[in-house]
Amino acid sequence: MKYSISRFIVSNIIKNIFPRKGTEYFVLVGFILVLLIILMAIFAPFIAPYDPIKKVGEILERPSGKFLLGTDGLGRDVLSRIIFGARTAVLVTFLAVSISLSFGVLLGLLSGYTGGKFDTVFSLVMDAMYSFPGLILAIVLAAMLGPGILNTAMAIAVIYTPTYFRMVRGLVLSLKESLFVEAARAIGAKDRTIVFKYIFPNVISSIPIVLSLNAADAVLTLAALSFLGLGLPAPTPDWGFDLRAGHAYLASRIWWPSTFPGLMIVILTLGFSLLGEGLNEILNPELRR
Amino acid sequence: MKNLLTIQDLRVYYYLREGAVRAVDGVSFFMKRGETVGLVGESGSGKSTLGLSILKLVSSPGKIVSGKILFNGNDIAGWNEKKMRLLRGSRISMVFQDPMTSLNPLMRIEEHLVETIRTHQKIPKAEAKKKASLLLNEVGIPPERGGDYPHQFSGGMRQRIGIALAIALNPDLLIADEFTSSLDVIVQFQILNLMKKLKASHQMGLIFISHDISLVSEIADRIALMYAGQIVEFAPADIFFSEPLHPYSEGLLNSVPNIELSDQKLNYIPGMPPDLVRPPDGCRFYPRCPYGEDICRRKEPPLVQIEKEHMVKCFRYDGKKSRT
Amino acid sequence: MMERKVELKVVNLKKYFPVQKSFLERLLSGKIEYVQAVNRISFEVRRGEVFGLVGESGCGKTTTGRLITRLIEPTEGKIIFKGEDVTFIQGERLREFRKYVQIIFQNPYASLNPRMRIGEATAHPLEIHGIATGERKKKMVFEMLEKVGLEPAKKFYDLYPFELSGGQRQRVAIARAMILNPELVVADEPISMIDVSLRAKILELMLMLKEERNLTYVFITHDLAVAKYISDWIGIMYLGEIVEIGRKEQIFSTPYHPYTKALLSAIPVPDPKREKKDIKLKGEVPSSINPPSGCRFHPRCSFAKDKCSNLKPSLKMVDKDHYVACHLY
Repeated sequence: MKYSISRFIVSNIIKNIFPRKGTEYFVLVGFILVLLIILMAIFAPFIAPYDPIKKVGEILERPSGKFLLGTDGLGRDVLSRIIFGARTAVLVTFLAVSISLSFGVLLGLLSGYTGGKFDTVFSLVMDAMYSFPGLILAIVLAAMLGPGILNTAMAIAVIYTPTYFRMVRGLVLSLKESLFVEAARAIGAKDRTIVFKYIFPNVISSIPIVLSLNAADAVLTLAALSFLGLGLPAPTPDWGFDLRAGHAYLASRIWWPSTFPGLMIVILTLGFSLLGEGLNEILNPELRR
Repeated sequence: MKNLLTIQDLRVYYYLREGAVRAVDGVSFFMKRGETVGLVGESGSGKSTLGLSILKLVSSPGKIVSGKILFNGNDIAGWNEKKMRLLRGSRISMVFQDPMTSLNPLMRIEEHLVETIRTHQKIPKAEAKKKASLLLNEVGIPPERGGDYPHQFSGGMRQRIGIALAIALNPDLLIADEFTSSLDVIVQFQILNLMKKLKASHQMGLIFISHDISLVSEIADRIALMYAGQIVEFAPADIFFSEPLHPYSEGLLNSVPNIELSDQKLNYIPGMPPDLVRPPDGCRFYPRCPYGEDICRRKEPPLVQIEKEHMVKCFRYDGKKSRT
Repeated sequence: MMERKVELKVVNLKKYFPVQKSFLERLLSGKIEYVQAVNRISFEVRRGEVFGLVGESGCGKTTTGRLITRLIEPTEGKIIFKGEDVTFIQGERLREFRKYVQIIFQNPYASLNPRMRIGEATAHPLEIHGIATGERKKKMVFEMLEKVGLEPAKKFYDLYPFELSGGQRQRVAIARAMILNPELVVADEPISMIDVSLRAKILELMLMLKEERNLTYVFITHDLAVAKYISDWIGIMYLGEIVEIGRKEQIFSTPYHPYTKALLSAIPVPDPKREKKDIKLKGEVPSSINPPSGCRFHPRCSFAKDKCSNLKPSLKMVDKDHYVACHLY
């Protein structure tokens, strides 16, 4: 996860350079970016000028009034492909994040609280998954599962499930020993109540940061998979795929088929990163003061 | 005789998001050579900040805003870090509450002492080692244990090591911030006796900061009682306990269980300390004071000198001991 | 004088904690070591009384409090509540027990769920035991909050713990403990983390509730002065054992055990003119993993005889309502 680490460092640097007020602007920016792209995805059929999978012009036409961002190697409108690409990106990211969050958090909660052999087994499994280089794991799974939106989402989800698991489990282990949990036991609360009413609400505030890194990562991983030709089937508009396809023309100074999809990947990743910081502040009522 | 330490109208504020927290807001007092001042206050009174500011250890976002700190006649409030480092540990030392984190866990205690000594004095290692052994003996730690690490000692013994480090260079002033608060009552008694002994043999001044007024009565010559960032009463110890003047002093003494009394009626002071970001205009204790009058609400009372060494910050006294 | 009924009886209560060792340590030594936190203590508490359990850190008083409330299970011994043996009860019986025996913890900054509003937290015991729901539940919570001095209850109901001061949080903890109408409340150092000038307020509240509801308290503290103020009976603990136990007046007027005498002499008194006493006590409290043989106090005792290191003294009556475990008597 080299890119996620460097993003974390960048956001920390930004926090130190700019006073608190400054980072609040970034949060808003992040939110807007993500929102724009989500809207783009939802209203794609209405916004896009052309059908993204049809040849509508000459191949590799320069950006002009007719094709605002030019056409790609198959004569398709780059702008339309980018807009529809948002659909893919948002959908797969959303699915991947939901899957890894649900499994990771739930298992982390149960495993951490239950302890014993159950915990030992699950921790081992998760540690094994975690130690695998993420992208390689995704590639292997995508290749095994085959193309398709759900399959790709699952391949990506596997990378981050252990991260949620480990973080939640760690928090649960320490919260399990805290005084207010003991107090809950003292008034007679059952285990189930303790896990969901006492432990989980105190874990939830740490999730947004991981969620944002997860989402940003998912975007990049999807792009990487598509770049390598795995994940989504051919004519589906996808930023990673288009980035790869346009890559070949860069040497001839034909920059538009690859630059714009690349730019979109960067924007969405950045948006999620900035948004995550904001969610963290909202979900912690103490910090709201 | 010149005072060892004189503080004049010191103000130390913490600049936080919500505003400036006026932790120390116009504090003045003095102490003579070899004296012990008990600096007493509850949480938020500013006593720890005051202690730290004497050694200029208040870190950002805290800042000494104004006032003078006269140590041996020199105003050190404006001194830079370089000059302060020469003072710290050698002329003024400080010891803290937590025996776990005050000592370097990776250093044998003798090493730690030797290094402290040699930072300020250019003497050969062997001589410093000898000094270290003597120090350990003085604080009640068998010198043979010099080769042990901090975690091998109990809490009380770690505090003794802390004292050894603090007095290694024979400072003129020692500041102890809640130094015995984490110790059991019997160890506390022993440590307190040790401090009294060392104070006498080293001719040291001692500022003993604590929230425990009973504890302070066992060691202090003078009491400085702080409330909401200000000193409300400053008096010799026996006078403070027998004839407390300030309503807060009265209230505090009435809320402390005294084991020598039977059938004691314990009181409490209603209300809560004020917000230090927006303190009230008048007397800060007024909302909780049983004797409060209109003038107390409107104006801040001056620190009035009642007798030669008894000062109180209250409108009930206007220079005489009698109440107006 | 009418003899009050025995509410709680503890007999030869023992709690040993196994020492956590690393794999290598276990390999090298093989033997399991125990922290002998509580070593066969026995005492009784009568209905409506305050039993002050006093000792320095590591003496086992907090562990005893956890044992009485069955937050942990004893290694050996018996806990008898209102005539019923509750030593090893589990499940529904244990939950039922919780309606009668409650605990107030030392740290008000940590004993409340930071994500639960005050009203929710206070209402939770009612929900768990199915005592009340809806409007009636809310009414009960309002009444309780007002009773502990958090008025207006409406305002405090919706607040989070971080919006309250330490003293206020402790009142919430008291409200939460009292809302089930327990008969016995264990208070573990309830005021040691509260500001000095506000402690008496909490003590006053606790005493008021005691009078109103005929409560029984086990008041755990290291502060003998507070224990003197609030207790009827006092038990002095040292290294997991009770060394002296008796009526408050007895303990303070005629302490017998050398440790009790040392404790009393070491307590600071707000009077600088008082003659400074000397305590005849050497050394520090030893570890409870390998406690001294015989009388656990003997290495530090100025009066120790040969007998003291061989034979453990048992509690003997020395006066009416006064017992000491010491070979001097």
